[in-house]
Parts: sequence; structure tokens; C-alpha cells
Amino acid sequence: MLKQIHGECGIQPACVAVRDAKFPEPFQQHGLEFSSPARGVWNIVHIGMLLPQAHLVFVCPEGCLRGVVQTADEMNASGRLSTIDVRENNVLEGNIEKLMVDGVSDIIGKLPQKPPAVLIYSSCVHHFIGCDLTVVYKELRKKFPDIAFGDCYMNPIMRKTGLTPEQLMRRQLYKLLQPREFDTKSVNIIGNCNRTDESSELVCLIHESGYGLKDIVLCKTYGEYLKMAESPLNITTLPIAHAAGVALQRRLSQEHVYLPLSYSYKGIEDNLHRLSDILHVPERNYSKNIAHAEFSLHKAKKIIGDCPVAIDYTATPRPLSLARLLCEHDFAVARIYADELSGEEKGDFLWLKEHRPEIEVCAATDPRMRVAPNRTDGKVLAIGQKAAYFTGTDNFVNMVEGGGMYGFDGISRLAGLMADAFLHEKDTRKLIQIKGLGCGCCL
Amino acid sequence: MKQTKVFITTYASDISGACSALYELGGMSVMHDASGCMSTYATHDEPRWYGSDSMVFISGLTDMEAIMGDDEKLVNEIAETAEKLSPKFISIDGSPIPMMIGTDFPAIAAEVEKKTGIPSFGLQTNGMHSYLNGINMAFKALAERFVKAPAASAKGGLTANIIGLTPLDFSLNGSAKSIKKWLSGNGIRVISSWAMGSSLNDIVRSAQASVNLVISYGGIAAAKTLKEKFGVPYVAGIPYGRHFSGKLLSDLKTASGTGKSIVSYVTGEGSKKADMAVVGEIVSAGSLAYAIYAETGRPADVICPLECSREFMPAGSIAATEEDEIAECLGHYHTVIADPLYRPVCPHGCRLVPLPHIAFSGRMFQGNIPNLTADFYSFLNKI
Repeated sequence: MLKQIHGECGIQPACVAVRDAKFPEPFQQHGLEFSSPARGVWNIVHIGMLLPQAHLVFVCPEGCLRGVVQTADEMNASGRLSTIDVRENNVLEGNIEKLMVDGVSDIIGKLPQKPPAVLIYSSCVHHFIGCDLTVVYKELRKKFPDIAFGDCYMNPIMRKTGLTPEQLMRRQLYKLLQPREFDTKSVNIIGNCNRTDESSELVCLIHESGYGLKDIVLCKTYGEYLKMAESPLNITTLPIAHAAGVALQRRLSQEHVYLPLSYSYKGIEDNLHRLSDILHVPERNYSKNIAHAEFSLHKAKKIIGDCPVAIDYTATPRPLSLARLLCEHDFAVARIYADELSGEEKGDFLWLKEHRPEIEVCAATDPRMRVAPNRTDGKVLAIGQKAAYFTGTDNFVNMVEGGGMYGFDGISRLAGLMADAFLHEKDTRKLIQIKGLGCGCCL
Repeated sequence: MKQTKVFITTYASDISGACSALYELGGMSVMHDASGCMSTYATHDEPRWYGSDSMVFISGLTDMEAIMGDDEKLVNEIAETAEKLSPKFISIDGSPIPMMIGTDFPAIAAEVEKKTGIPSFGLQTNGMHSYLNGINMAFKALAERFVKAPAASAKGGLTANIIGLTPLDFSLNGSAKSIKKWLSGNGIRVISSWAMGSSLNDIVRSAQASVNLVISYGGIAAAKTLKEKFGVPYVAGIPYGRHFSGKLLSDLKTASGTGKSIVSYVTGEGSKKADMAVVGEIVSAGSLAYAIYAETGRPADVICPLECSREFMPAGSIAATEEDEIAECLGHYHTVIADPLYRPVCPHGCRLVPLPHIAFSGRMFQGNIPNLTADFYSFLNKI
């Protein structure tokens, strides 16, 4: 079993055995929060930058601007992001609409090249003072008819009322798509920050059925992005992307199908069969793919043996599903880091409760996690950056949001990455502090 | 005023400044904010964050709490966490939305203190000012709340506190140690350094010092409070180069003897025609400009893009906070000493001598920040 090495403070990490954990909130804690130094998850700047050739403008107080500007600076993209600083006088005088129009105009006027699109991020302040954003966008569209303006939001204070800023951003990213004539042989994958592996059964099924695949992560120009409106079908695979699919279905009549990332063979097969049905192609037999996944898992197990495994919720939106898969293949899953559990994972939670009740669920944001030592005795294999940080291991799979791995092929790849991580140490301290894994970083 | 920054970055905010100032003292800082301030501070503004156990947390404010004004929840959550972690003090810091709804942080702090018995104070940070404001608020609170009048027997000899020391201005490159070493090497006993490498107990004893060395504008409010409460004068400046360090030392002795405060790099002389500018926090930029002139005879103007009052500005220096103003100021200089992220607003053909500053470029050039107290002459060679 994984044991935390205790320091002088004697404070225990915030963990509960899955047998005692409540679903979906194992900790019943909504107090102060700690922010671990793991930064690989993409934020709203990284996502906005996916829109090719677009310029991003953030309109917020200095304290809120700091993080977004530094994100752009570190990804060597400072030329694509500008800011408008909201100050006390703007709040008191109520001139925030004018500030936005004048500020955005000033920025556009100074850019070396006029961008085809500008994403404007308003903040919590705008919502609290009742800023008339409609007037702002109307005015800007009148002033710059050849620029598409997209409304985006950095309002974390609203994160528990409706969509989170991350869900909202993924929805707004596609808001500049305008209705086009459908190309019946085209399919979109939307809402992902990672390119879905070409070798995955999902992408193979699309290509081999004669469909072209569009994904914003593959777009090089704004024109290519606009062509995504030609696909009659949008696929989402992550819960965080779901709202984007729903919005496009409503607005552009693109059919939306949610094929959630899963580590259950049945779940994967159901998803693929569902897609076959939508694409009007016969269901495929995946027994060879399953056999290959099994082979990869057994091979990894031989290498990893009984080394404790820790998984966190940033590595994959389905940490319990992954834990279950690994337990079913005799891996020594010891710990899962997640502050709350997704409703989609209830079945996996109940399975773990019955079959592996000793596995610990640990919080990532509980203040105790700040002072409890982030070291464990013996070697640990972590899947995800937060798991690596909290267990203090250098043997970890560096991935976020499933890492683009999907289906049986994704399981095979992940098993390979686990074996590699077990055999080869990484510089955890350096790697996990880089923002937006895969975005490019000058650090 | 358009308040735009098209090409350059933005400075760390007051919330980061306050947390950075208190980081090593065993207290608990609570940012009353939804989420963004915390990750910004932990990622870009606090190079000590990884693996350390300093207690800086966020309240996770939501829209409904802000609208309904649920301060009791905040008080209870802070008290609950404090009970588990036993901090030496609690600082509760504001952010934009609490400012807008008029959150009374001193009152909340009083409630927390009543509930926990732990000394608590509220800081009216709001994310709309620079880190220097936050450092000033935090250190002033320490000066008012913790520093005790010394026993007569505790005073004696030439002794000093260093005030204004945070990684935001001084990185983790050994500057803190070098400044202490410079003082002790010149026969000045260091009572405390606010606040790197000192404990809260050291801070408590600060009034024993005969003089305060203020090394950042973030230390000014505390220095003024210590002057007012305990009569300890201050000297502002950083020991850069032999000549300026010699003047600084002399000013420390004078101030200690006379009780009068001195801004060492402000000479009262008129401005000289300069083709070089130093951009940055006023005490650091002022000290550097003075030291360069003293060593080479080459004058340099100071451009301050941050808060500072007139008494701390050398002759010919310019306060310019807007991007357009800064670009205009830099227009006629051949050489600019500044953080590398000022490059886009430097005139064409101008030589930028990079002097990275964590409060501006964060961790981007962290490994290249010179310790100007120890390595001034290597830096001088690059100019």
C-alpha cells in the first residue's frame, strides 16, 4: 500500500478509502482551496489560441490580466494577445462599455496586420456592474465590419452557476462558425485540445468510411476553421466539450454525438458502433483491437509489477474508469486524486467500492494537501501531473485530458506510456510547471 | 485613456505582492477570490511555490456568495482551516469583486481573530494596483501589529532591518544574502529582513534597529510606520557598486545618528543629459542609475512604470505607467536597461540591456536575473 512519508507537521493528506467515500463528493468540503503547481491543463488562453489568426483581447483588472498575459508570453504568442486594464474609476464611473470599444479599436489600430477575428474576453467585473456587452459588440461590428468578434468570458466567479469558464470557452470557440452548405462526407471532432490519435479506432473509422475529419487543432488558417461549419456531424469525447456540441446543434443544425472517452471495452465498442450507425457503415469487429489492448496491458503489467499506481483527474476525465481497467488487469492502483467525481463514473465507483475498497481517493485542493509532505515511501507510478506532484514521484505519464488517446488503441498506447514511465524517470518539477501541455513553451 | 497594453505584459498585482511579502513568516494568507488570483500567484509570481508548505489559499468566492454577502461562510472556512493548520497569523486579502461589493476586510479579520484567537488582519487589495501596493499593505500591517517597542537594553550599536525584500524584486538569486552580507561586512548587525530569511520573531524585534534599509518601494509604508511609532529612520537604496554602496553606508550611519531618513540615490542635483534609461521599480532603478553614473560617469534616466511618490524619484526621472507613455519616453534613448519584455516598445535601433524582473516577466528569465549586489561589475560590462 502507498504510504505518505510524514513530516514534522504531522498533518495527514486529505484522503478517504473508496469504501468510505461518498459519491460524487468524497470530501464534503467546500472551504479554502490550495493550488498545486501542476499546470499542464489548458486554460482559456490556450484554447482561444486554437482559433487560427485570431487576436485575443482580455478586458479585466490588472490582477486577472497577469496570468493570461504570462500564459501568452510563455507560449511565445504575446503578439496574439492584448489587454485592456479595468480600474477603479471604470467601476465607479460606469464607463466600461466605452473603455472596451475604445480599447479594442486602439489595439486593432496598432496591430501590424488586421486579424480576421478578435476574441474579446470580458470578466467577472462586467457581469457584476451589468455591462451592456451587446452594445459593445454592436458598436465594434459597425466600426470593423471585416472582423469577426467573438464574445468570450473569464468569469470564474460564475463557475458554479451554469457552465464553468473552461466549458464556456470551448463553446465560444466555435461561435464564429456561420451556416454553410453541408458536405455530407465531412465530420468534426470538437472541444479537444489534443489531436485525437490517427491510429485510434475512432479516427480510422471516420477515414476508412470515406469521411474527411476536421478538428480545430488541425486548422492552420481562419478559412479552414470556417469550413468546420460544412460538417453535418460534430463528435465530442470529453464532458468539458459537450456544451459546444449542443450549441452547434442548435445554431447550425449540425448533429451532435457524444462518444465519451472510456476505458471500458464495452463502453468503447458501444461508442464505435454508435458512430458506425450514424455514418451508415456496418459495425466493425474489434476483437483484434481488444486483443492488442490486452497484450499491451499484460506487457506493461510484467514491467510495472506491483508498483503502486496513482491517477489524477487532470490526466483523464475518467480516472475511475481507468482505475477499474487497471485493477481488472492486476495493477496495484493505490490512489486516485479527485476533489469530486463525475456523474458518468458512478458505475466504476461502485465497482471499485466492491472490488478494491482499500484504494484511496485523495483531494487535490484541500488545504491539508499543502502542508502534508508530497513524498511517499518506495517507487510510485503516477498517471497525471497532480498525482506525480502529490506522490513525489519522477515516474509518471505526462498527459492531460486523455492525451488524445482513444479507444482500444488508446489503451494500448497508454499501457506503453505507463511502462516507459516506470522504466524512465522524468524531471517532474520542470515538466509539470509548464502551462498547457503541448502548447509550446519558452521555459 | 485607453488603458491598453498591446505589446507588453503587465506587472504582478497587489494580491501577489501581499502574499509574497508574508510568505516565509508562518502565517496563512487567504485570497478572497474565485480562483484566478491564486494560480497566477503560484505560477508566475512565487518562485518558492513548488514543494514548499507556505499557507496561501483561495476562498473560492462564487457569484451567489458575492450577491448574498455571505461573509460568515468565509469567516467559518478560514477558522476551520486555521484550526487544522495552526498558522501564526492570518491575512485576508481582497480581489476585484470583494472591492466592488464593499467587503470590509478589517471587520472580517476581527471576526476571524475572535473565533480563532490567532492574530488576523485584512488587506484591502483589489487586483487593480501593482504588487508594490500589496507589499506595502502587508508590511505595514506587520509593523503595526507585531513589532514591539524594544527594552532600552536591547538597543545599541549600528543595527538595521532590511525592508522590501521579496522574490518579485530580488528573485532567488542570492541577492537577499548578499545584501545581508554587505551590511554585516560593514559592521551593521541585521535584526530582521522583511521578509526573506527571517522569522516572525525577528520581525517582532525590528524596533531594536537603529536604521531601516529600504530596498524596494514596497517597503516604504512599513519604514514610515516604524519611523512614526518607534523613531527608527530609513535609508532607501540598494548596495550596487563600490561608490554607491559607500554612499549608502555613509547615509545609513548618518540616518542612524540623526534620526533623519534619506533616499540615497536622490542627490538633489539637476538631471543630466542622458542617452540611457533604466526602467523599473524606483528604488532599484534609482540605485542602479546612480551606481552606473558613479562608476562610469555616464548618466542614466530613470523611468518608473509603477507606483512611486515624488520624494523617491531622482531628478529627471519619469513616472510612466501606460504603454504609450513608456514607448514615448523611451523614444530618444540609445540604450535601455529593462526587463526583456519591454523590447516591443523600445525604439528601433535601441540597445536593450536585459534586466529581468520577476514582477514583470515572471519566471520566463528567472535563471538570468543578475545579483547586482554581488555581481554589479559583470553587469556593468554589458552596458
